[in-house]
Amino acid sequence: MARAQTVSIDELKSIAKRIRRHIVEMTANANSGHPGGSLSSVEIATALYFRVMRHDPQNPLWPDRDRFIVSKGHATPMVYSTMAEAGYFPVEDLMTFRKLGGKLQGHTVMQKPPGVEMSAGALGMGLSFSLGHALAGRLDGRDYHVFCLLSDGDCQEGQTWEAAMASAHHRAENLIAMVDRNHIQNDGFSDYQRFPAGNGSRPQRPGGWVLKDGHTANIMNLEPLEDKWKAFGWSTQHIDGHDLEAIIDALEQAKAHTGGPSVVICETIKGKGVSFMENNPDFHGKAPSPEQLKQALKELAD
Amino acid sequence: MAQTARTEATRTALGPTLARLCREGLDIVCVDADLGYSTSAVKFGQEFPERFFPVGVAEQNMVGVSAGLAACGKIAFCSSFAVFAPGHCFDQLRMAVGQPRTNVKLVASHGGVVTGEDGASAEALEDLALMLSIPTFSVVFPADVVEADQAIEAAARTEGPFYIRTLRPKTPVIYDDSGYRFELGRWDRLRKGSDVTLIACGELVTSALDAAEMLAGEGVQARVLNASSLRPIDRETLLAAARETGAIVTAEDHFVHGGLGGIVAETLAEERPVPMAFVGMRDRYGTSGTWDELLEYFSLTPPAIADTARGVLARK
Ligand SMILES: Cc1ncc(C[n+]2csc(CCOP(=O)(O)OP(=O)(O)O)c2C)c(N)n1
Ligand SMILES: [Mg+2]
Repeated sequence: MARAQTVSIDELKSIAKRIRRHIVEMTANANSGHPGGSLSSVEIATALYFRVMRHDPQNPLWPDRDRFIVSKGHATPMVYSTMAEAGYFPVEDLMTFRKLGGKLQGHTVMQKPPGVEMSAGALGMGLSFSLGHALAGRLDGRDYHVFCLLSDGDCQEGQTWEAAMASAHHRAENLIAMVDRNHIQNDGFSDYQRFPAGNGSRPQRPGGWVLKDGHTANIMNLEPLEDKWKAFGWSTQHIDGHDLEAIIDALEQAKAHTGGPSVVICETIKGKGVSFMENNPDFHGKAPSPEQLKQALKELAD
Repeated sequence: MAQTARTEATRTALGPTLARLCREGLDIVCVDADLGYSTSAVKFGQEFPERFFPVGVAEQNMVGVSAGLAACGKIAFCSSFAVFAPGHCFDQLRMAVGQPRTNVKLVASHGGVVTGEDGASAEALEDLALMLSIPTFSVVFPADVVEADQAIEAAARTEGPFYIRTLRPKTPVIYDDSGYRFELGRWDRLRKGSDVTLIACGELVTSALDAAEMLAGEGVQARVLNASSLRPIDRETLLAAARETGAIVTAEDHFVHGGLGGIVAETLAEERPVPMAFVGMRDRYGTSGTWDELLEYFSLTPPAIADTARGVLARK
């Protein structure tokens, strides 16, 4: 298959909705898993698999494929749902998620099922691995692009910045990072750039401190994030990570960029699309109950 | 059977125990890498926010900062999942903690396949081997939450590097109201026996007790030892077991190589070789499933331990 056929924005929106339904259903069915950070990256994945990336579900190891490398390996509900919708494996398999004997483990396993690029689960490793793919592509004279999805937590690991420095040094212009910037991590808010102190269903985190502008910093402040990438030699864009057109435009622009790597910081909402999960740290790593699933599916109906 | 009906996750001991010790006047600090809810470290942070330092998802930094705090006289605890610490920060543990013997205590939860649904990447099977490879670390794998609390206290009160491994699921409590006191370097004998010795650590201690019960039905008297203290080991008790029962089975939710099986075999090979066999993980990684399913799937069960004991008895 050559470049993905053009799918309209309306069609993309309905695909994204289906993916969201899969995410809540498969985590509810597994009674565990990570819905929050999966829901926040649905538009990013949809834009990639159905518009931006050159790939072939029938030939997942095609050497010339564009790569989607997910560093935040806990976002398997998003990864598997999008791949199933794109035709990599039957949608029914999503119900084997996290089950003994199933093919879909809780965190990604390289080429299980075929098309999953990387074993992940430990944050911070994806950008280095992506740089490896990018350097190999250049060495072999292949024109594919490497799209690496990073999370807030990924951007706190030192290895990400080692890889960022190396990517610019090696002028990896075929490497594009996307940050799913939902400002929420495992134990709470990364920062209070967007949230007043005390927001969310959990009590204010210990160790929080007040920034000069009055916001309470929490687990770890990442700002100014765009400036950090710039300082590391990356071309940067900063967009609404739920706006499909903006994502497609930004990624096409990043593909056209030459001379070095590009990053697209996608401002997203953790739990996007399900009211009680939105901006709620509790749903980072917790499945919806049967009643919550019903409510979620109602909200995600076509 | 020594076990009671109560179950509790060993990881829940960390925060409350640290808070208690700090209240008692110990100069405890805790560095956290965004898993404080899961490891229960947050319970300490809620009571002593000025002594609790989140560093974000950054395990190397967590250990480095802990070593610095320890060098200034603090009792520096830090915690994460066992795949990430020691997994992400082995060199920091080796050079900033192990070699200079800074007073750092790493308490890592989610050891073993019983981590469950999260799958292979989340199931630590090498952490004990890594930590046992640094000779200055005391290494403890408590059998239940009561022992976890006591081991954390022992770590706080004993100068030098410690690694303590805790678990995600609620496992049986065996030391409720038993008057048991954890002692570094002492293996508790939970059952007498003279035919074979079952040496287990962590949640498999209960399984070893159940296996001994099964064997008793066949007239085999199995001794059961809780090898919670993996460094230092209880050399005297181990050698006595080899001498008096003449056959050894180890059981652990970890790779046999470099884990409990490895250290028992090394010790006995030098001092008193007897027939030995090892229950544990070998040559492959875990997968997704519920924790009890995975124990079955990987043959880390009482019947598997009993079976292994029968095999080793035949070689006696
Ligand atoms: C090296 C490492 N340390 C700790 C963890 C445990 N962990 C899992 S997810 C997570 C944070 C999730 O937040 P974020 O990275 O922002 O992901 P997202 O919000 O996109 O789901 C943490 C700390 C991990 N996966 N890897
Ligand atoms: Mg996040």
